Amino acid sequence: MNWGIPDFLQKKLLFVTGKGGVGKSTVAIALGIRAALEGRRTIVCEVASSENASRIFHQAAVGFKEVELANDLWAISIDPEDAMKEYVLLQLKVRAMRDLLFRSRVFTYFAAATPGLNELVTIGKIWELAQLDRKVKHGRKYDLVIVDAPATGHGISFLQTPRTFARIARVGPVHSQAEQLEAMVTDPAQTGSIVVSLPEEMPVNETARLEHELVDDIGMTVDRVIMNALYPDRFPADATRAIDRLAASDDPEVRAGGRAALSQARRVAAQTEQFERLKKMVSAPISTLPFVFRPEIDLHAARQLAEVVE
Amino acid sequence: MPSVDEILEGREICICAGSGGVGKTTTSAAIALGMAARGLKVCVLTIDPAKRLADSLGLEELGNEATRVNPELLSDHLDNGDGELWAMMLDAKETFDALVARHAEDAEARDRVLNNRIYQQISNALAGSQEYMAMEKLFELHSEGRFDLLVLDTPPSRNVLDFLDAPKRLTQFIEGRSLQIFIRPSGFAARVAGRGTGVVLTILKRIVGFDLFADLSEFFNAFSGMVDGFRERAHRVSSLLADEQTCFVVVCGPQGEPVDEAVYFHSKLMENEMNFAGVVVNRVRYRLVSKKPKLKDLTARIEAELGDHELADQVARNLIEYDALAVRDAANIDRLTESLDNDPVIRVPYLDTDVHDIEGLTEINRYLFASEQDRNRLATG
Repeated sequence: MNWGIPDFLQKKLLFVTGKGGVGKSTVAIALGIRAALEGRRTIVCEVASSENASRIFHQAAVGFKEVELANDLWAISIDPEDAMKEYVLLQLKVRAMRDLLFRSRVFTYFAAATPGLNELVTIGKIWELAQLDRKVKHGRKYDLVIVDAPATGHGISFLQTPRTFARIARVGPVHSQAEQLEAMVTDPAQTGSIVVSLPEEMPVNETARLEHELVDDIGMTVDRVIMNALYPDRFPADATRAIDRLAASDDPEVRAGGRAALSQARRVAAQTEQFERLKKMVSAPISTLPFVFRPEIDLHAARQLAEVVE
Repeated sequence: MPSVDEILEGREICICAGSGGVGKTTTSAAIALGMAARGLKVCVLTIDPAKRLADSLGLEELGNEATRVNPELLSDHLDNGDGELWAMMLDAKETFDALVARHAEDAEARDRVLNNRIYQQISNALAGSQEYMAMEKLFELHSEGRFDLLVLDTPPSRNVLDFLDAPKRLTQFIEGRSLQIFIRPSGFAARVAGRGTGVVLTILKRIVGFDLFADLSEFFNAFSGMVDGFRERAHRVSSLLADEQTCFVVVCGPQGEPVDEAVYFHSKLMENEMNFAGVVVNRVRYRLVSKKPKLKDLTARIEAELGDHELADQVARNLIEYDALAVRDAANIDRLTESLDNDPVIRVPYLDTDVHDIEGLTEINRYLFASEQDRNRLATG
């Protein structure tokens, strides 16, 4: 284990972003495990939607309720409908009014029809989780809230929602809440972001674009770019000829060993090339995580990563 | 297991669906190239092409119109001289704007929508708008009849229903049952919505703010004139998806999660009575040995050939790690095959390098367009 807590885990709120399929959810959990190991009470939030449901959350049956995964580590899956109800509960103190609203189809129509409202109440819930003085019944205090943000594309519009609403609604409660959320998201002292990448062409391009959008369009800080799933560099450059020889061996197992080694060496070279591209394309500090040789990327795999993340 | 040209026989539209990061864009491009090589006029519609791939096809300026790939670049790859490869990048916002222009009663109605602040800020985030705009463009190209085959690289999603439901969701939104209530709180819509609607609206306005509420009403109002045209169009687009000439290819990776998703996609496509052509599983580690190698024993045998213990140990460990993943891939693909009920599963091996040019696509096509036996022989031979 690398001792010392990575600086970005000292923040209050951390958004983990990245292209689909780069291991964003696993990294979010791994960071949560690490922060908890370092003694920070942490909650990892998943934004519940059909396109963003991770296996780990699914297996732990995490829903719109704070669930304890390990010591000091909690998880919640934020469903916009539930977040909306909770928001209304906090806004309307009169029970009769709430009941009337929840029962009315107008409310359902309104919630479904207003573009961006789901994202807004989701970010509102994230904000609520990060408060030390929580208004929600039985709300625990967390030192750190880690958000497994929706994949890029959707991710950017998700994080832009507070600003969008602050502009659309010029006055009124939505306007002031959206402003408050935007202030939180863009405050570098409290809030940071991580971009997860893979050493492949498309993810590297996407990472550079995402960093640019997070900083310039949203006004956030990118604390780290995490290059995920790097293969171990097992074979020295001068071993290629020897490995080539193995690939022609009469012993089928030795031949297979040679073939697998050749592929691995070529893959490492391709990864290195992409890693070098990434270094030229991003400004944030870069950390790396190793490829995890496990059949499934589960909680155990996340633990392995938690110990080495920097 | 058949090859891609067999599963696309007689189809005019091939929709590649799958979650993010599984190689969907590359597979779409490879399928398009492979079918062009067989003499068809093919256009691939992509959301976000890999820049290097687009560059290598000479498509630096890929936009919302189909562009032909220079035939000279393809000359070595086309078996049949009649084939053409075209590509376009979908611009959802531009397509949406064009759609608004088509359905608006007049220029004033069009501008009211296009200049509406809410439309400008969030039209891209509207539920289903990305997906719907992709199929809208597909519909438009198909109606023109310029191509033998259209290959659509869909926006990544974990749920194929996001794609299939997109016309319905967007129409519902634009019809805006709620908008009727915003506009005429005491009318018919309000009676449908139930008693006490007036009170509910007052409460809502209090929570949301009067100003935003007014803006939303204006937004829905601006759309109100184009509801019929829009609905009719969306209906035709939906019908095209379910038509005999259209088929779906699901693209996935060999790990547990993507395979679960592919199984789910398949079941949803079946439920919705869509034509399912098959699954392409990318990055499969084919098994190179018949049983798990023993580290010590294998190291010794490699060392005997190399005379280098350290290197032999690394080679052996590497093969054991590779094999563990190959065993996993095989188990996941068995599970996939079983739940597909005889529908084709085509495995593309984990290639040594990233695919970003025509040569790379051709390499993939050696597998996509081969029989199962040939695939196995190529990957393990």
